[in-house]
Amino acid sequence: MLLIHCPYCGARAQDEFHYRGDANVERPAPHAGQKAFYDFVYARDNPRGWHVEWWHHYAGCRRWVKIERNTVTHEIRTVKGPTQDTR
Amino acid sequence: MPARHEPIFDRYSVWRLLKESIDGNRGWKQAWRKPEPKARYDVVIVGGGGHGLATAHYLASVHGITNVAVVEKGPIGLGNSGRNTTIVRSNYLLPSNIRFYEYSLRLWEGLERELNYNVMMSQRGQLSLFHSASERDAAVRRGNSMLIQGVDAVLLDREAVRAMLPFIAMDNPMFPILGGLLQPRGGTARHDAVVWGFARAANRRGVDILEHCEVTGIRCESGRVVGLETTRGFIGAGKVGIAVAGNTSQLAAMAGLRLPIETHLLQAFVSEAIKPLIGCVINFGAGHFYISQSDKGGLVFGGALDGYNSYSQHGNLPLVEHLMSAGVSMVPALSRLRVLRQWAGMMDMTMDGSPFICRTSIEGLYLNGGWCYGGFKATPGAGWCFAYTIAKNEPHPLNADLTIDRFFEGRMIDEAGVGPKPWAQ
Amino acid sequence: MSAHRRLQGGHIDRCKRLTFHFDGRRLFGHPGDTLASALLASGIRVVGRSFKYHRPRGIMTAGPDEPSALVELRVGSRTEPNTKMTEVELYEGLQARSQNRWPSLKFDLMAVSGLFGNMISCGFYYKTFMWPASFWERFYEPLIRHAAGLGRATCLPDPDHYEAVHAHCDVLIVGSGPAGLAAARVAGEAGARVILCERDFLPGGGLLLDPAQEIWRKEMITALERIPDVQILLRTNVFGYYDHNLLGGVEQVSDHVPEPRPHAVRQRYRTFRARHVVLATGASERLIAFRGNDRPGVMMAGAALTYVHRFGIAPGKRAVVFTNNDSAYATAFALAAAGLDGVVLADVRRESRLAAKLRAHDVDVRLGVEVNGFGTDAVTLEAQSGGRNTVRADLLCVSGGWNPNVDLASQSGAKLTWDAALATFIPGAPAQAERSVGAAHGISGIGEAARDGLAAGLVAAKISGFGGGCLDFPLPALDGSCASIEPLWEVKTSGKAFVDLQHDVTANDIRQAHREGFSHIEHAKRYTTHSMATDQGKLGGLLGAAILAEARGETLEKVGLPTFRPYTKPAAIGALAGGATGKRFQPVRRTALHAWHLHNGAVMKPTGPWLRPFYYSAAAETGWAAVLREARGVRQSVGICDVSTLGKIDLQGPDAATFLDRLYINSLSPVAVGKCRYGLMLREDGIAFDDGTISRLDRDHFLVTTTTANAEAVLEHMEFYAQTVWPELDVSLCSVTDQWAQIAVAGPRSGMTLANAVEGLDLSNAAFGFMSVGEGRVAAIPVRVFRISFSGELAYEIAVPSRHALTVWQTILTAGQEFGIVPYGLEAMDLMRIEKGHVAGSELNGQTTAADLGMDRMMKSTGDFIGRVLSARPALADPSRPRLVGIRPIESGMPLRCGAHLMSKLGSGTSLGWITSVTQSIVLGHWIGLAMLENGVAMNGNTVYAVSHLHDETIEVVVSSPNHVDPENVRGRS
Repeated sequence: MLLIHCPYCGARAQDEFHYRGDANVERPAPHAGQKAFYDFVYARDNPRGWHVEWWHHYAGCRRWVKIERNTVTHEIRTVKGPTQDTR
Repeated sequence: MPARHEPIFDRYSVWRLLKESIDGNRGWKQAWRKPEPKARYDVVIVGGGGHGLATAHYLASVHGITNVAVVEKGPIGLGNSGRNTTIVRSNYLLPSNIRFYEYSLRLWEGLERELNYNVMMSQRGQLSLFHSASERDAAVRRGNSMLIQGVDAVLLDREAVRAMLPFIAMDNPMFPILGGLLQPRGGTARHDAVVWGFARAANRRGVDILEHCEVTGIRCESGRVVGLETTRGFIGAGKVGIAVAGNTSQLAAMAGLRLPIETHLLQAFVSEAIKPLIGCVINFGAGHFYISQSDKGGLVFGGALDGYNSYSQHGNLPLVEHLMSAGVSMVPALSRLRVLRQWAGMMDMTMDGSPFICRTSIEGLYLNGGWCYGGFKATPGAGWCFAYTIAKNEPHPLNADLTIDRFFEGRMIDEAGVGPKPWAQ
Repeated sequence: MSAHRRLQGGHIDRCKRLTFHFDGRRLFGHPGDTLASALLASGIRVVGRSFKYHRPRGIMTAGPDEPSALVELRVGSRTEPNTKMTEVELYEGLQARSQNRWPSLKFDLMAVSGLFGNMISCGFYYKTFMWPASFWERFYEPLIRHAAGLGRATCLPDPDHYEAVHAHCDVLIVGSGPAGLAAARVAGEAGARVILCERDFLPGGGLLLDPAQEIWRKEMITALERIPDVQILLRTNVFGYYDHNLLGGVEQVSDHVPEPRPHAVRQRYRTFRARHVVLATGASERLIAFRGNDRPGVMMAGAALTYVHRFGIAPGKRAVVFTNNDSAYATAFALAAAGLDGVVLADVRRESRLAAKLRAHDVDVRLGVEVNGFGTDAVTLEAQSGGRNTVRADLLCVSGGWNPNVDLASQSGAKLTWDAALATFIPGAPAQAERSVGAAHGISGIGEAARDGLAAGLVAAKISGFGGGCLDFPLPALDGSCASIEPLWEVKTSGKAFVDLQHDVTANDIRQAHREGFSHIEHAKRYTTHSMATDQGKLGGLLGAAILAEARGETLEKVGLPTFRPYTKPAAIGALAGGATGKRFQPVRRTALHAWHLHNGAVMKPTGPWLRPFYYSAAAETGWAAVLREARGVRQSVGICDVSTLGKIDLQGPDAATFLDRLYINSLSPVAVGKCRYGLMLREDGIAFDDGTISRLDRDHFLVTTTTANAEAVLEHMEFYAQTVWPELDVSLCSVTDQWAQIAVAGPRSGMTLANAVEGLDLSNAAFGFMSVGEGRVAAIPVRVFRISFSGELAYEIAVPSRHALTVWQTILTAGQEFGIVPYGLEAMDLMRIEKGHVAGSELNGQTTAADLGMDRMMKSTGDFIGRVLSARPALADPSRPRLVGIRPIESGMPLRCGAHLMSKLGSGTSLGWITSVTQSIVLGHWIGLAMLENGVAMNGNTVYAVSHLHDETIEVVVSSPNHVDPENVRGRS
């Protein structure tokens, strides 16, 4: 069970959160075309190491938080609000 | 340059066992050689798991391409080939999946003779239980899809399930058991034996299996692959096939490719060995729980992903708690049995839950990956199709749909209708 | 029978006698005994048969490292197979049976397999049983399966209860030996919240084996019990070390009593989230491989010491102790002191500082001597200088050295490092906030371990923010020893020398595996099944690795050990489920009207997390009759249905309309205040996601409904886009699903019914037309009224604050009484939506596009919305994709079946589509269905076959529009 320090609620157990993958991909402008949307929806760096990702504190403040987590050790380095920069 | 080893081959049989036992078992030879890398191979397969070794075997046995190496960063067969729940089946919904997995199942059925190795393929049946009318309707659609493709499927009603599995809980308030879809030809195989059997058979035909040989770079010249940088030096290659489940994105990135894959964690468990309790493989819709009993007597079970990107190969407790709850709720007899060991594998989860066996945008570089958690049963089929694709430089009709391009074209093969959420596939 | 029981000493309550049964024999023991100690005290020697060769086996250890002494414990629904006798605390009436023998323990016919020992060496099953292929499932495999396995499981449900407790603490200490006790006390006295877990039923670990330490042990425990923030958990095994310093454990609350007290649990699943962890898990003694090292009478030296000092038993009559290190001298000393005659200690080392002392106590110490075989009551000794002799003995105590119990440290991520002095692996630098102490860190001596624990406890407390305090308590004297060990793994002779007793793996098996190329430790493990048994390799894991290292000609350090994975010892699956099983597996959601449904004959059905009325059953009515009656009631007059489970999301803010325009494929900003619109949303990949109605309550205020199944997912989806993709939009949203109950009133007389019930809202067609929303009152309770229809009839939905749902429901029922209002359930609702051609979960299944569902015309031509770009990909835009159609059988009496496939020709191997929903239409009087069919629209009017091979059924069906009833929607609008 990961322990996630929600910036709004404090340290909370992982099972209060839902996961939603890579937070580095950004939705393209509406007319950017299929390739840009392909990159947004499908293509992933899938790093072995630090990964910035979305988690939703559904059983708490219901904010989407951006977490920087190591995919090998599961260590969490930063947790930021939805519009804050990670680094 | 070291002298080329004569392929060595011990033919296995009960007579051979008898002979060796009289000699104190001192006469057995290595199941596969431990050669030094050659400077160049016609084909190098990256990844010494079941898929990579099967590919090498079929390249040699079907296509006559024997100047082949399999490079593996550690010892062979310790990735997902050695970390699964050993289930073999072809009970899919979508026609392209049914055709591929059924071909694989047919190969399984002849694997002992093909390899002269007992992989303990045991067709004790695979039963998927349904808990609601809508799950039943989906099972009927699936069963009919299978029968149309000539695959065996039987629909069991509630009473038939009760008679077959007297030890399961039929009347959970939220997950009553209404019936099940049985594939009698489904079952299990001994996972390690598949790896060793393919390794031995490939070795026999001259394939070099290079263990402790980690790929650190893919060398390309003018859009074409020419070889691999490895921890055992540069190895030239006419063609390179990637079959490194879990690490596919990492390997592809060495060639500048970015794939529709995320790596996720899947846990599995085995109980202490008990006398036979569970005959077939059972899959419950409730909370996603599947269980079978190995020949050694351990109950092997698993469930869904931990649900976040991970290369850690160790799982966490939320999934464990959920899985044990589902297990005891569906099979109350589990309660007093003890779980002996837990392990976890790295799954290449794709954006539609289906795999890739295809060419890539780089000439001579081929991809076998994205098996989500269905890779074990695909082992012979994937090896066969991948070997074909590499040998002919074009896909076989069985894997023609398993391309990366399908996402550009909108031809997703999404069995469960989950969409591009690899953590939920 | 207590010939082996000494009169005094140990932690045994001799005043009380406990009766128990082993293989039907009635035997006696005392409180404080384990099943193993009680059997030894009763003179029982053979307690089990081995896995492969069915060799007789005795009790080898005194703890979880026991490979052989396994029983089926208890009877009936409480049967626990494979239970280690060494871990069973004796209780009155205990029943146990030996395992894996037929017909009996003494005379096991399966032992003939031993005769073929060389033929069934490692991996033999990979090399045979291949011919003929069909014999595998029919003959060979059943034979193997019945021979394998150990105990038998019960098929009966477990009568006992379990629970889960999740704790947070500053310092978690695993193990209550000298190191653990000292760490706990110093951290506790500093003020830290401490939890101390001990797997045994007595605290003290190694202290229990030294009578001289008893006073200190008791003092420490008394002191710990006085510190309020120190919690001692006995019978609690910590099984795994997980991320972010979370550890899991199982507390055996009631396994030491015949059955749990009423309302008490059998076991408790525990998790511990600790700031700092001190691993004081001790060490396990390792076996030496030699001929006969598995025979009854062989026992680990530390275990023998345990039986003497803790249980007051002499585990044999004449003993030989075989060692390569100092620790076993205490065993020889204790055996001699216990009155055994002629104790011989064979030490492979040529020198020993303890030899003289022991000789003074009548122990025959022989240096430079190895045991090279154990037969019937005879140990063969061989001097390194040459010469061999046989010593009569029924007990052979073995010590090959000690391995720190590093499982938890390794699981936490710490790498193991090789300690040449101890010839074993010890934990390296921590990866998480933990430290291994005492014997778990390779430290020997009680005083030394206590000081190591003390230091770790201080650090742990300090890291957790607690320094100072009274830290002054006495510690046991230093042992001062510098135990030198001479690594000895195997005494090579002919005959079977075991490295894994439970799986019958021999040293020769390991060598054969290497010869066949299985030379990596993980390959050798898998090929021989070495260290995969229920002792988790504690006894012979390193030994097997050492034999492999020798065969490879490499160091043991290089060969390494297999990965340590949970569980440190096997854990009951029921315990890990923590009581969340059966009806507690998944929480059940009930609507505000649940009780009314139950009182009025509703047959409830699970729908996602909800229970909903399937239909309401009148007396002597079968299910389908009730469904038809309900639907007919609606179509002919008026019905009432609880639709509270629909997801409801309230959106407010100046940009709410813009936000909704981007979420749904159709335009919602033009919707006027007081109006509703149907909407469909896609996923970003262009596949249909969910549908519902969007009502504009005010200029900047909308209420959106979702399907029951997707309520949670749609909310998260909206929150994601609002918070992260379009944070510039000024919109707030929240779920109001639980706050509002919702009641559908449908049928030609629904308007009249509501006219009787609703006040303050003009429901006339002119004032409140189709797709209107307004506010009124029912029974003086403010409600929202929506004129929307799922059934296709004139229909309304009334939203009411949940606490008033029953009042409003009953008021409407009363108002509709004159029209014969009928409550209807899910199935009647489904029947009517299929008649109407509305899609539901079987069509909105995550594989269909808007066009597939015939809704492509709803898509706005300009402006962004989720899924717009990717829904235009060529294969998704392909007009030949399966599309939603209606079907009906050519022969009107025939039923249809969901999941049947559609084909143009009989016997075709190509499916053109499949049936998604079927029902018996009450309007048309025959079965109808919805289906997905290739080129669906063009197929209108054609005949195809609906085939279900599973049922051996083929029916000819006619393709139609999906709108089977009232396609112009006259009824809903009128």
